[in-house]
Order: sequence, then structure tokens, then C-alpha cells
Amino acid sequence: MHTAYRSPSILIRAERLSFSGRLLFDGLRMTLPGGRWTCLLGPSGVGKSTLLRLVAGLDSGGDGTATADADDDRPLAGRLAYMAQRDLLLPWLSARDNVALGERLRRGRIDAETRDRADHLLDRVGLAGQGAAVPATLSGGMRQRVALARILMEDRPVVLMDEPFAALDAITRLKLQDLAADLLTGRTVLLVTHDPLEALRLGHAAHVLAGRPARLGTALTPEGEPPRHPDDPALLALQADLLGRLAEAAS
Amino acid sequence: MSAPLRGGAILAGLLGLWQAAVWASGAPPYILPGPGPVAATLLEQMPRILPHALVTATEILLGLLIGSGLGAASALVMAYARPARRWMMPVLVISQAVPVFALAPVLVLWLGYGLASKVAMAVLIIFFPVTAAFLDGLRRTEPGWLDLARTMGATRGAMLRHIRLPAALPALASGLRVATAVAPIGAVVGEWVGASRGLGYLMLHANARMQVDLMFAALAVLALFSIALYFSVDALLRRALPWQPDTVPDLD
Repeated sequence: MHTAYRSPSILIRAERLSFSGRLLFDGLRMTLPGGRWTCLLGPSGVGKSTLLRLVAGLDSGGDGTATADADDDRPLAGRLAYMAQRDLLLPWLSARDNVALGERLRRGRIDAETRDRADHLLDRVGLAGQGAAVPATLSGGMRQRVALARILMEDRPVVLMDEPFAALDAITRLKLQDLAADLLTGRTVLLVTHDPLEALRLGHAAHVLAGRPARLGTALTPEGEPPRHPDDPALLALQADLLGRLAEAAS
Repeated sequence: MSAPLRGGAILAGLLGLWQAAVWASGAPPYILPGPGPVAATLLEQMPRILPHALVTATEILLGLLIGSGLGAASALVMAYARPARRWMMPVLVISQAVPVFALAPVLVLWLGYGLASKVAMAVLIIFFPVTAAFLDGLRRTEPGWLDLARTMGATRGAMLRHIRLPAALPALASGLRVATAVAPIGAVVGEWVGASRGLGYLMLHANARMQVDLMFAALAVLALFSIALYFSVDALLRRALPWQPDTVPDLD
């Protein structure tokens, strides 16, 4: 299932970017190392989602110059997949057709082979036999699993996630974190989150973005491979450190 | 209370009010006939009313089909091409500033006394609510869905076809419900201005000859047809869009 490719590193350069006169970024640089999870934390409104949208090539609504480039000098468009806090499932499509949405948009239709692959991916995210279900009949956790399967279906080397598990209850969140860490291994991932534990469980590096214009704090780099166990003492010590940085950033 | 039972109760209540008005006013039958005599006339004159009702029904259905089709198509064009929106929207608004009733005599003059002028009237009345509702729906797509589609490499056309269009269907359905409710107005106004067939013509004809009971009978047929049409369209739309829930289940 996992296509052989090298996941590129990404260099984000936000020279100047302002929103309705307020300067959000001034000379900000950030590197997303290839094949690794980079987590971004920080107070609301500091520009985390804006950075993510910048990498995604989506209109951020700001004025200025900001770019995101891959280290292999090929364009990022067509090599990334996007997951938001809301599942963004289309209510008129079945879970299977939602997973295969990319194919439908690019080719206009979905063939039997694509359908089988979508079913297989639903199976892998723990939704075996739910292919025909419409989103309205699924729980929040199940819907976010479908969204995760949709990312896997796209099979892109770069994955951008904007608070993907924020709306879920604690246990479902832990389960989905494990699943995502497992299934997205080897891809270049940018995860924007408000949850310090999530950042430390999943990230190879966790940054705090703070201030106006925003500055990037030095990375926290937890030991070991994600997903890390939530009651690991080293992780909990780092969490205290990270909470301290976030409190400082918010003041 | 179940819906059909409630409908029956409302109908009975309205008929009761009607009868009460007849008794209270003491109006002679040639001014205000009660429900009883009107029902008798309706049964007795059915062979005469039915052909006229058929004509009016044809006009309403044709107007509804053509008006909805044109309205939906123009909304799609305006949603896809910004220049079309900029140039067509003012024209549409101006067209609504001219009362359709004032156009009726001209339409009859141009299109004749037959079906065409009445269908045109209905189309004119239907076109705007359908266009406005559908265009509104097409322009209010959940931005997250469009972001997602962009990261998936979708073209503008693909986004319109697979996301904006289906997402706007509930809005189109609201437009179609309004259109269904107003379509009979267009057809009947057309018949009043100039026709030799149709319920509007029959009502005018009966009124002029003091056959008020016949007029009321024709009116009753028109009302029944309009109500039946509305509920059929409503049921059809609900069945076609099962994923669109009623979002205000319990406001009261």
C-alpha cells in the first residue's frame, strides 16, 4: 500500500505577512524535516493555521510574501494531503465514496478498483464493513477515521493536519493518534495542535509559535519513535516544560 | 395528532368558518354560497370544470418545469463565470422591478390566447426565486470542503460539479418549493387577461354571469390542485435529498 517515495523536507519562509494591517510574520523560517512529524503549538490566533495553509497552497487571506518549498526543487502541489479539525465529509456521499473523493474530483468517476482500495483502507482504520454508511450515521470518532482513510487514499508524501483530533473524547483521541502515527510513518507531517501531550506523543519535534510578529521557539525533541506511551515519565516531564512555554507564550 | 388527521381538522375548521360567515352575514347564495351548494355545483358541473382544470394544470406544470430548468441553468452559469454573475444579476433584479401582472396583456398580445402566454407568465414568476435560491446555495459552499478539494488537485469545474452543486441542492429545493407555490398565480393571471380555456377563464366567465357557486367550485379545484402539487413536490424533494436533515426540529 505504501508507495515508495522519499518524503521531501519543506522550508517555510514567511518574509512578511500581514492581516488587515497587523503583521503576523516577519522573517519567520521553519523547516519540516523529510519523513518526520513536526508539531506546532501556540496561542490561538498566532498564525499556526496560516503557516499550515501556506504549505497547503491555500489562500490565507493575508498580504505579503511567504513561500513553502520542497528540498527536491519540485512543486509541492499534488504531493500533499490535508486534514482539518472538522472531518469535512460530504454528507451526500457514503463513507467509501468520501474516502475516494480525490479520485472522483480528478477523474470524474470512481472505478471498482478504487472502491476496493477505499474499502481496504476503511478496514485499516477500523471501519470494516462501514463503506456504505453515510456520514450522518457515524459517530465523531468514526467520521474522523474516515477522514484519516481519505488521507491514506491520497497516499501523498506530505501530510498537513490542523487539530485533527481536537473534537474527540480523550480515549478516542489516543486511539486515533496511535493509528495515525502508525499509518503515516515515513511521511513529512505537519501537525498543528493545542494539546501538548499529543504533540509529544506524535512529534519528532514540537515547536511553540508565539508573539507578534510570531517567532518560532526551539524544538522539543522527545526520545524514541512515535507514538509514545502517554504515561512515559520522560514524556510527562517534557509536557511540563512545554506547558510552561505555552503559558509564557500566552502571557 | 398525525399529519393527515391534522390536515383534515384544518380543512374542516376552514369549511366551518366559511359556513359561519354565510350564516352570520345572511348573504344571498348569489353573493356568497355556502360549502354545501358549492360542493353540489362542483359535482354537478365536474364534466365542465375538468377540461378547464386540465388546461390550467398543464400550464402550471409546464411553467414549473421550464421556469425551474431555466432558473437552475442560469444560476449554474452565474456561479461558474464571474462575468456572467456581474452582468446577469442586475438584469434579473431589474426584471423583478417590473410587475409580472403588468406584463400579462403584452404577453397575451405577443404569444396569443393559447397555452404559450400562460406558460410564459408562470416561467417569469418562477424563474427568479429558483435562480436566487440556487445561486445563493452555490455561493455558500462550506469553505473547508473547497480547501480540501483544492489540496486534492480539483479543477474549478470538478469542484462545481462534485461539491458546490450537490451542496447547493437543498437551497435549490427551497427555491423549487417557492416556485411550486407561486406557479398557479402566473397561469391564472394569464388566463384572466386573455384566454378561452382554463380555470381562470372559467372563474371570470362564471363571475360575469352571477354563477358565483361555479366560480367557487372552480376556485376549490384550483386550490386542491395547488395544495396537492405542493405536497407532491415537497415529498419528492425530501426523498431526493435524504442527507439534508430538518435542522430546526424543536424550536417550540
